[in-house]
Amino acid sequence: MFSTQFNQLDIADLSLTLYSSTAKDVEKALLNPTGNLKSLMALLSPAAVPYIETMAQMSAQLTRQRFGSNLGLYLPLYLSNLCANECDYCGFTMSNKIKRKTLNEAEILAEIKVIKSRGFDSILLVSGEHETKVGIEYFSKMLPLIKQHFNYLALEVQPLTTVGYQTLVSQGLDAVMVYQETYQPMTYAKHHTRGKKQDFNYRLNTPDRAAQAGVEKVGLGVLLGLDDWRLDALLMGHHLAYLEQKYWQTRYSISLPRLRPCTGGIQPKVLMTDLGLVQLICAFRLLNHQLDISLSTRETPELRENLLPLGITNLSAGSSTQPGGYVEPNSQLDQFEISDERSVETMVEVMKKQGFNPVFKDWQGEWTAHSC
Amino acid sequence: MLTISGHQFSSRLFTGTGKFNHSTTMLNSIKESQSELVTLAMKRVDFNTGLDDILAPLQQLGVKLLPNTAGARNAKEAIFAAELAHEMLATKWIKLEIHPDPKYLMPDPIETLTAAKALCDKGFIVLPYIHADPVLCRKLEDVGCAALMPLGSPIGSNQGLATETFLKIIIEQANVPVVVDAGIGAPSQACRAMEMGADAVLVNTAIASSAKPEIMAKCFKQAVESGRQAYLAGLGDVTTNANNTSPLTGFLNTSITGG
Repeated sequence: MFSTQFNQLDIADLSLTLYSSTAKDVEKALLNPTGNLKSLMALLSPAAVPYIETMAQMSAQLTRQRFGSNLGLYLPLYLSNLCANECDYCGFTMSNKIKRKTLNEAEILAEIKVIKSRGFDSILLVSGEHETKVGIEYFSKMLPLIKQHFNYLALEVQPLTTVGYQTLVSQGLDAVMVYQETYQPMTYAKHHTRGKKQDFNYRLNTPDRAAQAGVEKVGLGVLLGLDDWRLDALLMGHHLAYLEQKYWQTRYSISLPRLRPCTGGIQPKVLMTDLGLVQLICAFRLLNHQLDISLSTRETPELRENLLPLGITNLSAGSSTQPGGYVEPNSQLDQFEISDERSVETMVEVMKKQGFNPVFKDWQGEWTAHSC
Repeated sequence: MLTISGHQFSSRLFTGTGKFNHSTTMLNSIKESQSELVTLAMKRVDFNTGLDDILAPLQQLGVKLLPNTAGARNAKEAIFAAELAHEMLATKWIKLEIHPDPKYLMPDPIETLTAAKALCDKGFIVLPYIHADPVLCRKLEDVGCAALMPLGSPIGSNQGLATETFLKIIIEQANVPVVVDAGIGAPSQACRAMEMGADAVLVNTAIASSAKPEIMAKCFKQAVESGRQAYLAGLGDVTTNANNTSPLTGFLNTSITGG
């Protein structure tokens, strides 16, 4: 499990080395960035800032060679905002006095009807983290119903057990997104003050469990702004390298959400600029050519358009971050505010105008079920 | 003319449909390439909504479709994809691709052989995408594959014919057409494969990811034709020494003439 390797890392030393990187280190890294964590360190460092244009050129070229003009489109479907954790940056946090809601079968089908009418074939199921009310029983009851309508199904909920993931894989689960939020244990403890999410190591080992259960794609992520994003990104790079080496049949993705305002939320400790986000995307593309990099609607329309060619492979459009939000928008149950509120039709036009090919379908669902 | 399973092709350049920015670019590139066999990924075709922007234009173009099983991670998934292709496209032709490794997309020889046998037994015309492994090629031929598609280098890498030594053995031994697939990044590399005696090449990334796909498609067409002509004309032998027209024994000729 990754926690064993992670706990041997000297984080303070990594931080020191990262911030001591020089222009010479960056130039060396640019010559040999692929699969090289030392290079990743240099490319994430402040010393790489003057080289961001070069990194962007390389990243755009590599992404185009690997993925062509394709950009995958998906949509989140929020199943529930119930949560038994206390996380001070999240709108779903337990103590937040908001209306709580978990969708039943009829409500899910109503949401699916709207989502399908917009052309989506790849769905990301999202919930708060409430083990007893929205746990494996709920997911395994709802998943077969949802999978009938989508060829690709991803899950972004609380960490589950290996057996739990195996059950869901047999029902058609394709991908698991589980974000560590921050890889820095002290900061993690400060922001997660109640509930199962307090267990840093259990969360850290979730990608291992998902991969062992045969999940096709595993997504990592950090909430940029909780702590020093350069260091968090570097540690995520270590996590990714470990997983790729150990579970070679699994695909990987990363998400790079920046801390956004939410009801009762906190201000970012470390501000992440647009320049920083570009540096991060490009550094990871140079590290890993085949990595899926996802772009959320948290970012503004202008920035999203500019980021499209730089290394992004997947994005959502026309998202709602509240349970039942596609049928009934503005019910004020949101997890966070989105910045890009443009419809999928508009986004498709924007993508085509920039020479990209929006891809809605990229998998045939029955193949997975058939192989079980 | 190239013949695969009784079907004749005047073009020895096969192309693909992935990675293009627009279906119009894709169609124009295929037209410029004059390719008559075009592969498409079954996982990408949307049969439910009828809004597919790959399949319909291709059918209008009149090229022969070669559905592929890209995305399949084992024999079962690939067989399922082939059956779906048969059902939806009414063709028994299938490009068999099985890659359990999402990083380099390396083909799985064991699963490919299993799937190839099962599909050949069911009457499919199987073109397997494989490593440039001469023994595997023999075995795939034995189970009834209609052609062999060994890779030049990792798919989409544009590294060219990194497997040249093994491709030569495969070409020498094969009793079915050999189509060099994957890794061909430049027209010169396609030309080289044809000069070596490959029956055809399949090129996708190098065309689709080019800044000017239509022009690049035409360049590949010309390169493949040149390579084929050169192969038929017979290339000179490669030697380490210069082979000039005045060998050391030239004086003997001179003396004979002079005498």
